[in-house]
Amino acid sequence: MTVLNKVAEILADHTDVAVEEITMETNFEKLGLDSLDMVDLVMQMEEEFDVKIAINQQLAQVSDLVKLIEGLQN
Amino acid sequence: MAKKQLMPWFNTVRPKYERVMKNSMSFQIIGTGSAYPVCIKTNDELSQLVDTTDEWISSRTGIKSRHISTTESLSELAVTAAKQALEDANVKSEELSLIICATIQGDYVTPSLACVVQKEIGAKCPAFDVNAACSGFIYGLDIALGYYERKKADKVLIIAAETMSKHVNWKDRATCVLFGDGAGAVVLSAGDGLVAIKTTASGATDILTIPGRTGNNPFSEPKAIDDYLYMNGPEVFKFAVTSMCRDLKDVIAAAGLTETEIDMVLPHQANLKIIEGAMNRLKIPEEKYYGNIEHSGNISAASIPILLDELNKAGLIKKGFKLALSSFGGGLTSAACVIKWNKEAVQK
Repeated sequence: MTVLNKVAEILADHTDVAVEEITMETNFEKLGLDSLDMVDLVMQMEEEFDVKIAINQQLAQVSDLVKLIEGLQN
Repeated sequence: MAKKQLMPWFNTVRPKYERVMKNSMSFQIIGTGSAYPVCIKTNDELSQLVDTTDEWISSRTGIKSRHISTTESLSELAVTAAKQALEDANVKSEELSLIICATIQGDYVTPSLACVVQKEIGAKCPAFDVNAACSGFIYGLDIALGYYERKKADKVLIIAAETMSKHVNWKDRATCVLFGDGAGAVVLSAGDGLVAIKTTASGATDILTIPGRTGNNPFSEPKAIDDYLYMNGPEVFKFAVTSMCRDLKDVIAAAGLTETEIDMVLPHQANLKIIEGAMNRLKIPEEKYYGNIEHSGNISAASIPILLDELNKAGLIKKGFKLALSSFGGGLTSAACVIKWNKEAVQK
């Protein structure tokens, strides 16, 4: 599963937005995610992709998270 | 699912802390009690004090109101909870072999809260406090287990009592809305109720802290410190969800059970999002989780025994039920246990 697909799947699971509506430009705050939702999302990404993500990351939109994980994988 | 990535401080090799009481005598819970201060403050009332709203607090935490001490001392709450638990257990105070109070701070630095309770209920046994913050109640159960294993105890009273309203900064909207005050208590007797228990600690002074008093020693360098509760919310959330999942799995496995065999989960009531985070990662069905955070807020060590008492009084805990308790908080500490309920359900 690509990083974007997984992020979209988790976001669709937690919000009213459909998987196909989530793009690299989707903004986390506009989806209604608060700081603890973001930690939960990051933890799920760590579990899925076997990476370690520092908790104090500034993540505004989906592309920030995708780039971060892809960077950690390489 | 890929293997779970844990927080850095979990990656150290640690000894096994789970203790399993196979075929040996431990204890059982034979009575419960609890007490709240009279004053209830709703989210709307707090929004007149700090810049917040009911919607903001309840959607982020699950809390709608909390009890706040006004005229009641913590000792009074602890004594009320203790007397209720003794009555429920049909045990007289002079029968007690031990009193343990879990609290981050009693009304006095000394005497301990446990000693104040001992005096007020007329008990004659040893009494002391234990501070493991939110995990204090389960730490207390583990200490009591040692007394039973050494055959030094018959009836034990464990109280957890907290006045969190003394420790939060009522000008900080991020923390003052999260906590409440109250006390919970249980009476134990020898038996086979405790099936498995574990406690953990990962010392950290920068994630969840309340500074101690500095006094007025004229020979020390004066230090300007903020003496209110400080919490790094995201770090605590991650610690809490990770601990709750790991500890519950550990004690359930140590008890020789599967997650679906647990009848009730009583998690520490810190934040609904923590419980949901753990719920999504565990296999225990959603309807097995119980909570009272909506009307209690986070009462640190007292959260679980108050919840236990509310469920017991409501007649919801049936004889033979397998209860899983899980706590996490300041220290950082965490603890969990599996308890078989040997008491007849309260008739409603």
